[in-house]
Amino acid sequence: MRDFFVLRVIAKLLIPFMLLFALYVQFHGDFGPGGGFQAGVMCAAAVIFYALIFGLPAARALVPDAVVESMLAVGVLIYAGVGVAGLLLGGNFLDYFVLAADPVAGQHRGIFLVEVGVLVTVSAVMLKIFYMFAGRSRNTPD
Amino acid sequence: MALLVLAMVVQRNLFAVVVLGGIYSFLMATVLVVLDAVDVAMTEAAVGAGISTVLFLGALHLTRGEEAQPLRRTWSALLMAVGVSGALVYGTLGLPAFSDPAAPIHAHVVPRYINEGPKETGVPNVVTAVLASYRGFDTLGETTVVFTAGIGVIALLRRRRNEKKDR
Repeated sequence: MRDFFVLRVIAKLLIPFMLLFALYVQFHGDFGPGGGFQAGVMCAAAVIFYALIFGLPAARALVPDAVVESMLAVGVLIYAGVGVAGLLLGGNFLDYFVLAADPVAGQHRGIFLVEVGVLVTVSAVMLKIFYMFAGRSRNTPD
Repeated sequence: MALLVLAMVVQRNLFAVVVLGGIYSFLMATVLVVLDAVDVAMTEAAVGAGISTVLFLGALHLTRGEEAQPLRRTWSALLMAVGVSGALVYGTLGLPAFSDPAAPIHAHVVPRYINEGPKETGVPNVVTAVLASYRGFDTLGETTVVFTAGIGVIALLRRRRNEKKDR
């Protein structure tokens, strides 16, 4: 779809706002609706949109497979790492109260980090599944 | 929405079915907004209508666009579906009325989440507080499920490529 001028211009205009909205949903999730999962899906959707308009190779150059695959694991590790950090600081697994001097601030920090982990994993998985499906051509012999 | 589902069942062109599925997801999202479940509505709109539609279209590209005619009519499957849905509808009759404050689910831990949650976690959005803090362990499991799904897709689709290289 690279030849459609209107689509290209609209995509270029929209994608920054999609990513910005994803970040808003991520970091405003404490106060309004949203959170890591939704923001992750939106991030992935922005890149998928880019791939639909500018072609899969362009998207793969923008967000390489190696990055996506490492993000896949890093997200879960961030989440579990927050839990282990709670253990090391003398609390239970996934105990956020000990993450900061003030228990409420600790909760805030824990929730924030955990949501970042969810965002990273979800966006990577969505993107990876899309890459896998879109990367196969109809003529690939099974 | 019932009309949409009927159209999806009758329709043989898979492209139309995918588009109808996207419309269904958007309608579902509006229903969830009406029910004040904005977080779920957001997920439904983004995943159900957005990404899964794209994935279905990607899968459709790899297959033919028309649904194949079944070899024989499977009445037992219809009977099974009607039976199960009948049992489910019968089960909903026993549920407490919608948004009944005296329902058992609202009497257990919900008052504590609503009253103490903002004070304990400093997060005004109860959904986020429950999801990430009170039920943090569940969400960790959920994230792991998503991770496992991704790994599974990679394992399934990548093996083919390696086999081709070996040949």
